[in-house]
Amino acid sequence: MALIELTNLEKVYRQGEVETRALRGVSFSVEKGEFVAIMGPSGSGKSTLLHILGFLDPPTGGEYLFQGRSAVSYGEDEISHIRNRKLGFVFQAFNLLPRTTVLDNVMLPLLYSDVPEREWKQKATKAVEAVGLSHRIHHEPAQLSGGEKQRVAIARALVTDPEVIFADEPTGNLDSKSGKAIMEILQELNDKQGHTIILITHETYTAEHAGRIIRIKDGLVESDRLVEERRRADTDSLLK
Amino acid sequence: MYLRYTLKTAFSGLRRNTGRSLLTILGIVIGITAIMIVLSVGEGAESLILNQVSALGAQTVIVEPGRQPSGPADFAEIFTDSLKQREREALENPANVRGVDFVVPEVIAVAALSNESETTRVNVIGTAPDIQEILAISANEGTFITEDDVRQAASSVVLGATVKEDLFGSAPALGKKIKIKGRTFRVVGLIDPTGQVGFLNVDEIAIIPYTTAQRYLLGIDHFNVLWLHAESGEAVSRVVRDVELTLRELHDIDDPEKDDFHVVTQEDAIESIGIITTVLTALLTSVAAISLVVGGVGIMNIMLVSVSERTREIGLRKAVGARNEDIMAQFLIEAVMLTGIGGIVGIVLGALFSFIAALILAQVVGTDWEFIFSITAAVAGLLVASTIGLVFGIYPARQAAQKSPIEALRFE
Repeated sequence: MALIELTNLEKVYRQGEVETRALRGVSFSVEKGEFVAIMGPSGSGKSTLLHILGFLDPPTGGEYLFQGRSAVSYGEDEISHIRNRKLGFVFQAFNLLPRTTVLDNVMLPLLYSDVPEREWKQKATKAVEAVGLSHRIHHEPAQLSGGEKQRVAIARALVTDPEVIFADEPTGNLDSKSGKAIMEILQELNDKQGHTIILITHETYTAEHAGRIIRIKDGLVESDRLVEERRRADTDSLLK
Repeated sequence: MYLRYTLKTAFSGLRRNTGRSLLTILGIVIGITAIMIVLSVGEGAESLILNQVSALGAQTVIVEPGRQPSGPADFAEIFTDSLKQREREALENPANVRGVDFVVPEVIAVAALSNESETTRVNVIGTAPDIQEILAISANEGTFITEDDVRQAASSVVLGATVKEDLFGSAPALGKKIKIKGRTFRVVGLIDPTGQVGFLNVDEIAIIPYTTAQRYLLGIDHFNVLWLHAESGEAVSRVVRDVELTLRELHDIDDPEKDDFHVVTQEDAIESIGIITTVLTALLTSVAAISLVVGGVGIMNIMLVSVSERTREIGLRKAVGARNEDIMAQFLIEAVMLTGIGGIVGIVLGALFSFIAALILAQVVGTDWEFIFSITAAVAGLLVASTIGLVFGIYPARQAAQKSPIEALRFE
């Protein structure tokens, strides 16, 4: 059973009389442990796709099976639970809570989880360690660089040990060196810990860090192929 | 979600905007402060008056001419001349009214007293020696008026402390002559400073025999008050009933509505004072309550602004698993925390201002006005403030909870 299975997925936005068909029948599946990059120019529908995959927005047509169950069959509280325990999000704009320490930011998803309170601190500390920010754990976002902020966001996505991590242009606001560090962490999570990662980007260079690239154009899948020459962020060499 | 973290989250939300949070609660602070002051001063006034009424003693029954006043139009009733010597004697007769120790008549005149060039206008009370027991007073210097004075309509006068001060200063007054309405009186006794007893400030009166007052000052043959002293507190209700029956029979009255007298007991007085102060307090409290409502609307406004400013935060929280209830709870708790803090500040300020008001009132009223910190009012104030947060927080909190996560995350 595939982790994610899309069949003819559609999304139509209606604003008054105007209909916008953001997705016009997208089909593909993602297996557990894959690192998939979804690419496309702006307006191609890739962000809409991510929102649907991340249970932030319901589809208007077609079918989305998550762990074999149709997404539309979940109730509101079940959706909250899935977002909390099975999915992790990393956003382009970091979205950290201001004037809140790194530790508390990372702990945020645990507040809404069924994880017992006594384990929160330990789990959050571990997640901060995993992104190499232990020395910044009591800092607030304003004291961090962009790259560090994004690493905090990754730690926050990791803290509930989710099935899938969604990264929406995670390097979009970063310089190339910080961006590389982020990709290194994502690759490591995928390789060593077996996290499924779905990355949204419009840069081929970034996308080539993934194992598979799905190109979206005008709401349809344009191509779906494995990356033959995968980039390694740690050595910047091409993996043969 | 754990309560401790909910509280922590709400608190850090408020702390991020300390200045604005303080301005927001100002309305609540003012409202609660005002209510605290009104309740405290109201209770102070009530306890002051009740203490004075209690000073009359539970055994005192007052019979006054005219029917029970029920409005300003009945004011003139007190000039009714329905209580005379005949009525007094009827009430003194144990065959009519059982359980009465004695009956004291009283007439009241406002008159100018003068000692050479010093003049003062005071209440001159014409009465009998037994008034001493009713008002719990006595002549601390010299003697009180005596039964002989009453029988002879003697020109003897006993002065209250302030009256003596006004006429003589610190000079001795005993045995001196003063003039009341042009008639010469001899000061036979002086009363030490006593203050308020019942509705009378004993320091500001002059006491003469009632016969003298009726004959020479007023030219009347009726009384303004008949004081009855019941033998015990338990006897009071029976005395009241007997007095009513006796006077009705004497005056051929079948219908109690047509009574030309009325009877007042300490209990009645306490009850009517209670009603007056309760009504006044309720009126003032409701005025203060308006500011609480205005404060509540202020809270709602600021919460709406805050919800809109924190749209991204709400989106993020939802993306990491917050349910609608979690978001709703967060903003509701924030609102309740705001108004709760406002309530506490209001209670502290209210207590402070009430204390200052009590000090000032003690100066103005000239008696021992008591500062009362009402625990009930404080608890009620805190509850009311929190409830306002809850009520006016619901709409903004719902707005927050219903935001769609992607729109919230897209929000700039």
